[in-house]
Amino acid sequence: MMHKTMTGALGAFLSLYAWSQAAAAGDQIVIGDIDDLSGVYADVQGQGGVEAANMAIADLGGTILGKKVIVLSVDHQNKPDIGASKFREWADQNGLNMLLGGSNTGVSIAMAKVAVAKKVPFFAIGAGGASLTGADCTPYSIHYAYDTTALGNGTASAIVKQGGKTWFFVTADYAFGTQLQEAAARVVIANGGKVLGAVRAPLGTTDYSSFLLQAQASGAQVLGLANAGTDFSNSLKGANEFGITKTMKPAALLAFISDIHSLTLQTAQGLYLTTAWYWDLNDETRAFAKRFFAKMHREPTMTQAAYYSATLQYLKAVKTVGSTDPDLVMAELKKAKINDMFTKNGYIRADGLMVHTMYVMQVKTPAESKYPWDYYKVIKVMSGEEADGSQPDPACSLSKK
Amino acid sequence: MTAVFGVPLPAILGQLMLGLVNGSFYALLSLGLAVIFGLLGVVNFAHGAFYMLGAFAAYIGLQFLGVNYWCALLLAPLAVGLLGIVIERLFLRHLYQLDPLYGLLLTFGIALIAEGIMRGLFGASGKSYPVPESLQGGFNLGFMVLPIYRAWAVFASLTVCGLTWFLIERTRLGAMLRAATENARLVQAFGINVPLMVMTTYGAGVALAALAGVLAAPVTQVSPLMGSSLVIVVFAVVVIGGMGSIIGAIVSGLVLGMIEGLTKVIYPEASNIVVFVIMAMVLIWRPTGLFGRE
Repeated sequence: MMHKTMTGALGAFLSLYAWSQAAAAGDQIVIGDIDDLSGVYADVQGQGGVEAANMAIADLGGTILGKKVIVLSVDHQNKPDIGASKFREWADQNGLNMLLGGSNTGVSIAMAKVAVAKKVPFFAIGAGGASLTGADCTPYSIHYAYDTTALGNGTASAIVKQGGKTWFFVTADYAFGTQLQEAAARVVIANGGKVLGAVRAPLGTTDYSSFLLQAQASGAQVLGLANAGTDFSNSLKGANEFGITKTMKPAALLAFISDIHSLTLQTAQGLYLTTAWYWDLNDETRAFAKRFFAKMHREPTMTQAAYYSATLQYLKAVKTVGSTDPDLVMAELKKAKINDMFTKNGYIRADGLMVHTMYVMQVKTPAESKYPWDYYKVIKVMSGEEADGSQPDPACSLSKK
Repeated sequence: MTAVFGVPLPAILGQLMLGLVNGSFYALLSLGLAVIFGLLGVVNFAHGAFYMLGAFAAYIGLQFLGVNYWCALLLAPLAVGLLGIVIERLFLRHLYQLDPLYGLLLTFGIALIAEGIMRGLFGASGKSYPVPESLQGGFNLGFMVLPIYRAWAVFASLTVCGLTWFLIERTRLGAMLRAATENARLVQAFGINVPLMVMTTYGAGVALAALAGVLAAPVTQVSPLMGSSLVIVVFAVVVIGGMGSIIGAIVSGLVLGMIEGLTKVIYPEASNIVVFVIMAMVLIWRPTGLFGRE
């Protein structure tokens, strides 16, 4: 009797467990967000990224194909192993349908490997490394917002053409920094310029003065900052303090509006940078920014806008094909043009790169800035092909078809 | 031109100068840690957080309360030091009888909470604090231009280090403090209020960290993580100098700053680990540190 009860209870438990699993996978569309929520890059997307994704879901009515859309979010602490294992866990246990990837190229490369193993579409947004659609590309990866190639083509070519021919790089010593430096150096050399030297500074360095003095001693005209977040802020602040900005022109190879805001215009004025999106471009971007500001009390960065767009485009593709089947959705995404407040006529190339318009900006002087967050003026609008080339990256195995 | 390791001499001199600047910050921070460990036996992992709070106190003062830099140099350490005293009263003193590990865990938790609160209020990318008007510009030393502010930071931190050393090693109050660490009950029996002394010492150590934070505010981005990236290096400095040794903390802070500066020209990629390599070597040869007592 006892034995029978036990078996019965176990059976009931098991069927209940199976049912709850099916519910998780069947009744909902699950979008995951794995990002730096607490470290040096937390202002770039962070909670604002989750908010932007939720705004896209709300704009589509909250349900797609009769299924409720939910967002899971976790902090990867800039550690590739945490990002990859959380992605695997969600795919196995929570019925994850799509992943939004935040900052850090190293983490995103690790997560791309999980995307292909688990067949989950992966939108790399905060990470910049161009290898995500090159040597590290997968059939399920989409590099959505920007990449190091576009940053180099934007900022470096604008500065070389204005006469900044000799460069010295201060580079963040990991995958992102080195890829960014390579991309910029290629552009400098192709336009008849010269790279006089480079120094690799460990991630999270607070005092850049030693590196900056080396840059100054090189006699280069341009100080290329191939870093991001607080690394970028601290190196630019140091360059100002040591008077290096008087003899060298600083180039921000990756700067977000959150960085400019925290540096203030006094320090950042005159800086060239390349961005995929700016809140004050047109009425559509301003409308989005206004809604975002009401919730987050700051203007959105380009990658927060991309979080919105990626979520919107993914869910629209699901609606069109009538299923969350990863292969069908990926095929639809690669076929359709992307038109929303983030970009016009964007498209996803064979290697997974979303090709779209990029903007070379210059940071305004305090006198030019007329209202809060009025920080950029457009120097040049680059077509997607101009930013990223017209051919898919040959290093990617998907490009050869 | 003369060269060392293939690096021209002016560049070496420049890096040594910058190393001295960083070293003086290390010295000031490790001094506070050494005082707290030496007199309380607490491994104060929240030291980096107090440094960060000092910088933020200066920023908040300037932005919202109209407190200028010079007043902040006095007020910010005072405010953060008072916070330290509250923490000592409420939490830390219950742990003195336990294994030092408990103090470490508590202070580590406090550091995480402080960072989280500041991130919630000001964001992860932090805020800018301007260099005060009167300290802008630089001296031309021939081999480099030294910003006046950095020279001031070295001067201020060395002065404070010297005063603290004098207070603890050469005055009657310092003698009582040192006696209390040797045998608290005996000192208490002489009618000295030991708990009050311990509390003030912790507050003073915390205030030193906050002072370093105010000094650093104009040169680095004031951000919630500015302390946690520094505190590990500072711990290594204290271990190298000898846990609890005042003079050890000051000297090894300055020397390690300069060694780190040289590494930044010779092999930049190793600049964030050179201090730890030296720590490992010191621990092998002199487990009590360079100035430590058996």
